[in-house]
Amino acid sequence: MELTKENILILLEEVKDPEIPVLSLVDLGVITGVTISDESHVTVNMTPTFAGCPAMDYMKKDVERTLDKYGITNHTVIMSFDQPWDSNKLSEKGRQHLKEFGLAPPPKYDLILDLDILEHAKCPYCDSENTDLRTPFGPTLCRSMHYCNDCRQMFEQFKPL
Amino acid sequence: MNELAIKDLLYKLADDQLILGHRNSEWTGFGPILEEDIAFSSMAQDKIGHSLAFYTLLQDLGETDPDTVAFTRNANQFHNSQLVELPNGEYDFSLIRHFLYDNAEIIRFEMLSQSSYEPIAKVTTKLKGEVKYHVLHANTWIKNLGSSTEEAILRLQSSLTEAIPYALGMFETSKFEQELIESGVYAGEEAVKAEWLERIQAVIEKTDLKLPDLNTTEPKFGGRNGEHTEHLQPLLDEMAEVFKIDPTAEW
Repeated sequence: MELTKENILILLEEVKDPEIPVLSLVDLGVITGVTISDESHVTVNMTPTFAGCPAMDYMKKDVERTLDKYGITNHTVIMSFDQPWDSNKLSEKGRQHLKEFGLAPPPKYDLILDLDILEHAKCPYCDSENTDLRTPFGPTLCRSMHYCNDCRQMFEQFKPL
Repeated sequence: MNELAIKDLLYKLADDQLILGHRNSEWTGFGPILEEDIAFSSMAQDKIGHSLAFYTLLQDLGETDPDTVAFTRNANQFHNSQLVELPNGEYDFSLIRHFLYDNAEIIRFEMLSQSSYEPIAKVTTKLKGEVKYHVLHANTWIKNLGSSTEEAILRLQSSLTEAIPYALGMFETSKFEQELIESGVYAGEEAVKAEWLERIQAVIEKTDLKLPDLNTTEPKFGGRNGEHTEHLQPLLDEMAEVFKIDPTAEW
């Protein structure tokens, strides 16, 4: 395999969010950069979704393990806030995977969070928009809990941030 | 940029988030309803994550590592406001404290996201979005409960009156205040307080609660300089219990 940014990103497709195993870190948008030096040293830059997310350290180690597995041992993985994550960084493929997993993907927005955006969630089961925000906190830091008035089920949304 | 001024500011931000994060975690398993148990536990996790981000910036400036800083200092070395160290009390007190605190913290983060000190600007740009959820949570409950039953209103009013002097203590200025303002780090505590008052007034006006007269309220200062109530040291002892038995333990 030729050492290019594109090829590294293909390898990193394998690394999934441990709490949402259908979502790769690339689709989640937490891989903010891949650079390869003239001496073939690979640097992967990452940024946390939520600062207190306990899965971030695990994800960083998983990236290191995956690079090692493919024989790329000359690497550095850096976690920083240099390019802070927001939910618009989720890829289209990632959004589709979330929906299939039963988690409403976050709406795309202009990065000015207001109550309307937080309350607006489309039911991942029946696509109804007739839903209510029950609580902005859920089983993990990145999820809020909602109720669908049409199919009458609770569902979770990956929070817009 | 005066490094001492930046460090002083970072310690205040980090210690506030760590101590309130710990208090919030004391609701885990005890929330009045499941959703509130989850909410306070989630905010605990967020806030402790935020303190780690600030302690990491301090480490970049030559301070010792985050765990050592968090677990080995005594109460008089902490720079948090006294508001955050007070015991949780009943749910009404925790809710009022959360409302008064997070409405101030989000303003600080919004200002700092425009800071001339780039490392703080980057971190707070990220964290302000997370705190937005904390503010949404607090404001929603204050609006709902503050105009509901007589008991709810009485309890919240009594907690509000009790917490206000401590809340004013959050805005205690440091000796570096003028320097931080002039160098564009942020607009300073007086500016945070003015904006905070407007925002909490806007919520309180929608309820049957009354904000006590702030002109006749004596703020509880001291926390920023290591003067604390008798409640902080027992909290620190409990928080550091595992670390003190085995500093290499992972949990």
